[in-house]
Amino acid sequence: MKKYTEEDLKEDLVNQEYEYGFYSDIEADKFPNGIDESVVIALSKKKNEPQWMTDWRLEAFRIWKSMEEPDWANVNYEKPDFQAISYYSAPKSKPKLNSLDEADPELLKTFEKLGISLAEQKRLANVAIDIVMDSVSVATTFKKTLAEKGIIFCPISEAIQEHPELVKKYLGTIVPQTDNFYAALNSAVFTDGSFCYIPKGVRCPMELSTYFRINEGGTGQFERTLVIADEGSYVSYLEGCTAPARDENQLHAAVVELIALDDAEIKYSTVQNWYPGDENGSGGVYNFVTKRGICHTNSKISWTQVETGSAVTWKYPSCVLKGDNSVGEFYSIAVTNNHQQADTGTKMLHIGNNTRSTIISKGVSAGKSQNSYRGLVKINKNAKNARNFSQCDSLLMGDLCGAHTFPYIEASNSSAQIEHEATTSKIGEDQLFYCNQRGIDTERAIALIVNGFSKEVLNKLPMEFAVEARKLLEISLEGSVG
Amino acid sequence: MLQIKNIHASVNNKEILKGINLAIKAGEVHAIMGPNGAGKSTLSSVVAGNENFEVSQGNIVLDGEELTELSADQRAHKGVFVSFQYPVEIPGVSTTNFIKTAVSEKRKALGLPELAAKDFLKMLREKAALLQMDQKFLSRSLNEGFSGGEKKRNEIFQMAMLEPKLAILDETDSGLDIDALKVVANGVNALKSKDNAVLVITHYQRLLDYIVPDFVHVLHDGKIIKSGGKELALELEEKGYDWLIK
Repeated sequence: MKKYTEEDLKEDLVNQEYEYGFYSDIEADKFPNGIDESVVIALSKKKNEPQWMTDWRLEAFRIWKSMEEPDWANVNYEKPDFQAISYYSAPKSKPKLNSLDEADPELLKTFEKLGISLAEQKRLANVAIDIVMDSVSVATTFKKTLAEKGIIFCPISEAIQEHPELVKKYLGTIVPQTDNFYAALNSAVFTDGSFCYIPKGVRCPMELSTYFRINEGGTGQFERTLVIADEGSYVSYLEGCTAPARDENQLHAAVVELIALDDAEIKYSTVQNWYPGDENGSGGVYNFVTKRGICHTNSKISWTQVETGSAVTWKYPSCVLKGDNSVGEFYSIAVTNNHQQADTGTKMLHIGNNTRSTIISKGVSAGKSQNSYRGLVKINKNAKNARNFSQCDSLLMGDLCGAHTFPYIEASNSSAQIEHEATTSKIGEDQLFYCNQRGIDTERAIALIVNGFSKEVLNKLPMEFAVEARKLLEISLEGSVG
Repeated sequence: MLQIKNIHASVNNKEILKGINLAIKAGEVHAIMGPNGAGKSTLSSVVAGNENFEVSQGNIVLDGEELTELSADQRAHKGVFVSFQYPVEIPGVSTTNFIKTAVSEKRKALGLPELAAKDFLKMLREKAALLQMDQKFLSRSLNEGFSGGEKKRNEIFQMAMLEPKLAILDETDSGLDIDALKVVANGVNALKSKDNAVLVITHYQRLLDYIVPDFVHVLHDGKIIKSGGKELALELEEKGYDWLIK
């Protein structure tokens, strides 16, 4: 496919048959394919947004039009056709099933392997839930608990309506519209996502994941998440789900912004298991995500991610360590199998004094996959006594996969201490035979070795999720050794 | 208990074992000795079912059951255990977790119920005490950063946990100082019973002072060229192998 240029876009715009007014019919639940300013305006209107939001989106759209899709990542894929995407569709209600017997047996098999509870299985397979496990009432209880503490946790579209002052103050401050191609596109057309605000001095009493998972998972193509931890507050947020997420949307370009004000702490964990395509590498989701957080004085942001899905992943959760004594952490496991490609890592930007960052990245490659770590540690000229420790370990299975490490270090202050360790190892035949000799079959042996390899990162996940994530790793590598 | 009948085995098309015959009864200790390159470790790999070795002829039968077609993990379930000369390291997997997996896989294969956590821990402590192993070793990553002696002790500890019918000790004495050697040998002796058997593969007779064999076999060029009682080991210690190899 040839590259889609601005010229092509212009031409397409000329050839568009619809006029601005076309979208005034806000009852329509799906926009025709394609994007131009009128689409952005219509989208904003559809969501009943205030003018400042519409303007912000339009600004982003104009920026996006002037940008080119980046190609520096170590991944190969066919560039998406942005005029072939519909930028708005009303949330579809999936057909309700009467019992699990009606669900896809393949799906149920996976649930079983993951050890997902029956009630949860029903929810995920969209089975009408019985009275015992009424998700609506559970969600309501959570909402009440949160509200008592003054915590706001709602869809971002709701926040734009209900808390415009907060959204206006922080949206785009960490990932500006100009940040990169996909962030610009997301800013123009994001449909939904989550908003979270923790007031001063409040410790969020629960993993926000629990709530999130009980709600219908927001699987929008362009999600936007904004988390604000006010002074002295704490929140642990978990996105994603270990259950396999199949989606007809090929391109996913999310933006996540975290703001940790003075003395605040945000722990953000992700488990990503989008459809990776079949074993021949066809189908599968492109996951191009921009995630970044800013740390003010004495604050801390910790990213933990388990990435097993998607055909192509392009993702660098980063920390801007602006305040003195602030701390950034990045713990990652990326597993690629078959034809998957992942280019993932982090950026730690040290601006304040005595800032510290830790990077632990574990890549497991199997099949014909390519797994790259790309990280930047940057110490500003005025950042005194900054410290960084990075460790990048790669584990290879078989001879056809690849592991790559691209560490960038820019230190402009001589008081900085930066350590980088990297290892690459293969699951050895001798290790497998040793396990076999003890009565552990090869599949279990691989699971054991990979879990051991990933332990430092798995330990950072919230307890309930770590168990599922561990099983997810095993499933992702099933059949990777013949 | 174990019958090895006319085993021929090769690796990379090179024949290493050229017709081995060996019969071990329950309750017996046999020693295989021989110069470097005689095929001693190959014999242990072949009995354990290492697929890098191709068995072109012969049978291995354990308690009347043909092992030759079984995979390594299936043979382990039937009661074959190897104490390796070079135990591998598995980073991030604790010894406890590893042996727990091994024990439960074996029990599952034998149709036994999973051990209760309490019973497993009790067994773990008893067997660790038998090998004079510090508890903290059990929570460390398997063999990672262990000294040679610690690794060998850990092998015998695993043997104690798995209670095999046939234990093959492959050069277990190499890399051991005399104190560690005694601990390891005492462990093996404590595990011996009338229902199991031990095959000791060794270069030197030193270990056989502590684990006393009922029979000694000399392996050379892929064949057993001489068998005898424990005194054969002493004779070899004194005269070397040359007088046997013409």
